[in-house]
Amino acid sequence: MSAYDVVIGIETHVELRTASKMFCGCPVDFTAEPNTAVCPVCLGLPGALPVPNARAVEWTIALGSALGCDIAAESVFHRKNYFYADLPKNYQISQFDLPLCSDGKLDVEVDGVPTVVGITRVHMEEDTGKSTHMGAGGRITGSEGSLVDFNRSGVPLVEVVSEPDIKTPEQARAYATELREIVLSLGISDARLEEGSMRFDANISLRPPGQQELGVKVEVKNMNSLRSLQRALAYEIERQTKRLDADEPIEQATRHWEEESRRTAPGRSKEESSDYRYLREPDLIPVAVSRETIEAVGSGLPELPAARRSRYREMGLDFEAARLVSAGEGLGGLLEAAVAEGAGAASVANWLTGDVMAQIRSLGTPVEETPLTGARLAELVAMVDGGELSATAAKDVLAGVMAGEGEPRQIAEERDLMQITDSGFIEEAVDRVLAEHPDEVERLRGGDGRLTGFLVGMVMKATGGKADPRQVSEMIRSRAGA
Amino acid sequence: MSDPADLTISAAGALLRSGDLSAVELLEAVLRRASMTEAILHAFLTIDSAGASAAAAAADEAFAAGDDLGHLHGIPIALKDNMVTRGIETTCSSQILSGYIPPYDATVVERLKAAGAVIVGKTNMDEFAMGSSTENSAYGATRNPWDPDRVPGGSSGGSAAAVSAGSALAALGSDTGGSIRQPASLTGVVGMKPTYGLVSRYGLVAFASSLDQIGPLTRTVDDAVTVFEAIAGHDPSDATSYPGPVPDVRTALDGGVAGLRVGVVRELWGEGTDPEVAAVCRRAVDLLADAGALVSEVSLPSLEYALSAYYLIAPAECSSNLARFDGVRYGLRRAGSTVEEMMASSRHDGLGPEVTRRVLLGTYALSAGYYDAFYGQAQKVRTLVIRDFAAAYGDVDVLISPVSPTTAFKIGERTDDPLAMYLSDVCTIPSNLAGDPGISVPVGLDSGGLPIGLQVLAPALGEAVLFRVAKAVESLAGSDARPALATSEGAA
Ligand SMILES: [Zn+2]
Repeated sequence: MSAYDVVIGIETHVELRTASKMFCGCPVDFTAEPNTAVCPVCLGLPGALPVPNARAVEWTIALGSALGCDIAAESVFHRKNYFYADLPKNYQISQFDLPLCSDGKLDVEVDGVPTVVGITRVHMEEDTGKSTHMGAGGRITGSEGSLVDFNRSGVPLVEVVSEPDIKTPEQARAYATELREIVLSLGISDARLEEGSMRFDANISLRPPGQQELGVKVEVKNMNSLRSLQRALAYEIERQTKRLDADEPIEQATRHWEEESRRTAPGRSKEESSDYRYLREPDLIPVAVSRETIEAVGSGLPELPAARRSRYREMGLDFEAARLVSAGEGLGGLLEAAVAEGAGAASVANWLTGDVMAQIRSLGTPVEETPLTGARLAELVAMVDGGELSATAAKDVLAGVMAGEGEPRQIAEERDLMQITDSGFIEEAVDRVLAEHPDEVERLRGGDGRLTGFLVGMVMKATGGKADPRQVSEMIRSRAGA
Repeated sequence: MSDPADLTISAAGALLRSGDLSAVELLEAVLRRASMTEAILHAFLTIDSAGASAAAAAADEAFAAGDDLGHLHGIPIALKDNMVTRGIETTCSSQILSGYIPPYDATVVERLKAAGAVIVGKTNMDEFAMGSSTENSAYGATRNPWDPDRVPGGSSGGSAAAVSAGSALAALGSDTGGSIRQPASLTGVVGMKPTYGLVSRYGLVAFASSLDQIGPLTRTVDDAVTVFEAIAGHDPSDATSYPGPVPDVRTALDGGVAGLRVGVVRELWGEGTDPEVAAVCRRAVDLLADAGALVSEVSLPSLEYALSAYYLIAPAECSSNLARFDGVRYGLRRAGSTVEEMMASSRHDGLGPEVTRRVLLGTYALSAGYYDAFYGQAQKVRTLVIRDFAAAYGDVDVLISPVSPTTAFKIGERTDDPLAMYLSDVCTIPSNLAGDPGISVPVGLDSGGLPIGLQVLAPALGEAVLFRVAKAVESLAGSDARPALATSEGAA
């Protein structure tokens, strides 16, 4: 913990996955060959003019509504003027003093402690192209040349600006996580941090406790995971604390997070000109949004993550399970379907947050695209809870289901994994193992409880894993008289 | 028959339909006129003989097949070089777009082609439409057909000179502060700026987006109506395009001025107005009064500040609009050791002095700390100008003034004095700020034989009354004089 008050605000850019770009009809397509998803408008050719994408406006209203913002009946596009090779018009169409959404909030929770983070504004803008520098390790300085791909130019972006209400790196991460989950639940973006379809920039300053005016603000960029957002801020707090303790000044600057070295480094020293000479975009008329549209978008919002989480908690999930299942793409649907088939919510959640998540990650496919259904999951859980399948065997069965081998019971039978509850068969195996290991039995009787595990293992091996380990354990202890 | 190059659109249309003239013959006459006059005038940057010939032949075939596309079918028309044309170099008279071949047609070009017009070529202009004399062209000045020692006005000087000389029957120009009306006045043709938003700007290389408007230059008011009808109308590719119907300008066109209220704008006949210009314009107003117009004097006090406001708003928008010319994607590129250096030297070498002056002016006016004092203040003046016009149109149907305080001036006369040059547009700029339509109609010559235009202004979407009054002015006070260069003797 720093001895200073930490003030953090976060600017988030979200790339909308609309069919077409913000101001032209080009497809939003990141798989296309460079400079093929382009037209006169997004290339900034002479004479071309922008026409706003109505769907992007609607989705921005949806995000604003989800964040409890006021939606402006009339908002205005401005030009943000600056020269950059991948900015084809050398101005970005954005919003300035009259954004589409403003004055909202987002509730976040860290270790059970709730905080409210104010949302200053949610506005629309267009993305830039993408530069690739040849040689010099991909950096512009010293490179042999640069190539620009304008496929990304003009892709709709929503910018969400938070109030400086965040006080810790953990809160920052919780804020970013929650915002991402809202975006995913609205279905307006892939929100993939590593691919840049959701980007977080953080403004952070420190000041002595009790001081009214804010300290010098540092902008931290280039965090491409939620973990690096948290790490970068923790690093900055430490760095700035050391400087303040040593009476060294903090330079107002943009710093980049370097994942490998786990530190922030100053951007190019030349202070980026912050005079963007904002000009009301004369090629566009104000965006007029009717009361009816605002109400229709608001009432058409899907269940938001916070509401979903509290519903799952009411179903019997603990806090962490509710969070994981609610956040994980498609897991909530599976939970609800399995429960509808009669499975217990807590057992299902256990499977979802454990093996199912692990398998999805290793397969790398969204859960909707696997053969796992609520009914299959319910059957699997019922077999385990009914003692027909051991937990270990159930993992194999799940893998079989995910691989498309069929229904759980059928797979368990085919693989000969059904648990044997016939006590005669188990007793026989126990007796044989005890007879083969007289020394161990002696030590067990002498009070060395660790031997139980060993002997259970030997019995499981002898039965080909089909015995219920709990039943075996009880039997060994009663036979050995331990 | 006289030389077809001197025909109006309506007269040529009649001959094309009677079979007395083919589109190919008409084009040949126009190209012949251009070949005789271009060495002196330099109205064109590009003459697309091959494309025009193919279009004329296609027009004749369509006529033969009984497929009549309307008034512009087979009519040779020139385009100012700031309207993009697919496959034809479009430079805006700037070095920075030297060799630039657009991959698409401007909406107006598409509409002209769909109407069967034959695109003759691209006309010279002040670079990026910044100027009032067509001397600010990177490819050399255009001269006035009435006196080759004089300017044709600008920035649509090439279009005006081409129509005046007969190397096109009509042309399109663009008007940001008077760039259609002023050269029309100085070359004795009709030039009209429509209501902002009535003609699509898609494909017009922007100078000042909130002021730019494309319009026709023709020899008669009837022809201006014809071209206006072909190019006006909503375009979904231009978000500032007016979504409602285009005003019906034909029904009442010949209604005359009896009973119409005509306001003479006191502020636009000021001290700077040449007495001969004032007298010729005054005579035209008297003729309107004789014909039954109710003439009164009106005052729009804010117009005193319009020129100053314009020279902040237009450069501010221009500084942003022209930022895209950076050498990265098209046009001139100079080498540099960094991207910034490459951009800076491409712009330095590619943009001419007047353009550079306005980009700097606009950048300054938008800068932090200066915005409120300059750009913000200018926007307030603009609001006042709009209010003054609205109030005036409560009392009168149209407003009248000279188009230009003087007739055509000598080449080089004002190039060293930007402020004197800026004053050329003092009468035309206010309607750009207001977004209202205006038209220049030739009403006579000064003692030196140079043409003088009368300006008629109307409220937004008031094109019907605008053309109606313009037509009355033309029939009551119009002049049939043609420039010497446009006659066969003069051109020989
Ligand atoms: Zn595009």
